Amino acid sequence: MAEGAAVKKKQKVNVPFDYDKYLRKGKLPHIWCPGCGHGIVLKSLLRAIDKVGLDKSSICMASGIGCSSRTPGYVDFNTLHSLHGRAIAFATGVKLAKPEMNILVTIGDGDALAIGGNHFIHACRRNIDMTVIIYSNAIYGMTGGQVSPTTPEGAMSTTSPHGNMEPAFDACAVAEASGASFVARSTAYHMQELEKVLTAAIEHKGMSVVEVLDSCPVYYGRQNKYKSASHMMEEIEKKGTVSGAQAKNLSEEEIGDRFVRGILKQDKDGVEYCDAYDNLIAKVQVKK
Amino acid sequence: MTEAAEKILPRIEIDPKRCKGCSICVDFCPTNVLEMKGALATVVKLEACTRCDLCDLRCPDFAIRVFD
Repeated sequence: MAEGAAVKKKQKVNVPFDYDKYLRKGKLPHIWCPGCGHGIVLKSLLRAIDKVGLDKSSICMASGIGCSSRTPGYVDFNTLHSLHGRAIAFATGVKLAKPEMNILVTIGDGDALAIGGNHFIHACRRNIDMTVIIYSNAIYGMTGGQVSPTTPEGAMSTTSPHGNMEPAFDACAVAEASGASFVARSTAYHMQELEKVLTAAIEHKGMSVVEVLDSCPVYYGRQNKYKSASHMMEEIEKKGTVSGAQAKNLSEEEIGDRFVRGILKQDKDGVEYCDAYDNLIAKVQVKK
Repeated sequence: MTEAAEKILPRIEIDPKRCKGCSICVDFCPTNVLEMKGALATVVKLEACTRCDLCDLRCPDFAIRVFD
């Protein structure tokens, strides 16, 4: 009987997702600190890529400088580690030279919104087909925990020892206002929702911006009195956000400071930049 | 209890070279299967595992995997 049961059980064997086929295994363990959410985001991204069924050689992953920008070093795609803030500019060049490539940009909050703010806004305006994943941990982790554009008001950091006096940037609102055709937000805590959002973002044709809230326990957590990485994930990512479905039933006052997760904007009718460029070439050539 | 004895247990693999001891898997495990031993997550109560995969999904270091 026991043997029969064992055979039955074996038939529905659940093999865990094999991340190693997308990784440069020799580069692991990665440099991210214990408890850093970036690893969780990368895992969700790899599962999303697998779900969409992209070929490894058809992907180009570009990044700038920072903790999040170390991601391309660990993945077995065509990768590009570029200048601080200029990841989107480099990715735009790759896309225009090779429009058949699937472009992923992994970028930090400071990289996207401060140093590369202009590139970010103009890529959104052009609606060029790429997926920008903003790892938003509200701090510059690699350089010692300085205040970043998404650091909440009043939060402590190395350069704001009495609390941050500046209001924070809302990356999704910036992207939406600048004309990106797909805007979404998720967190490292909600990793399965993140996987779905990233799948939709990769499948979307046009500029897709996904802001992922994750945590930096070493700099942000320590200076703002969070006990551990998991405590930080619970407080910031679970309690600090509401899903899109929940937000529909809540008033603005009830939502308060919390961020709304899920797909915030999806416009399938917008003209993609590479298509517009091809149309222009066709038009000009006919005139000759 | 015979049923429990016959229950086929999952296999939880933790790669000690990759685990950095952040304790995310320990804190989010709903049935307290895992525990920290020094700076390494270890399995202490395998029979309580419900195969929810939360440890695998939330491990930032690619260190833990749950095989059925």
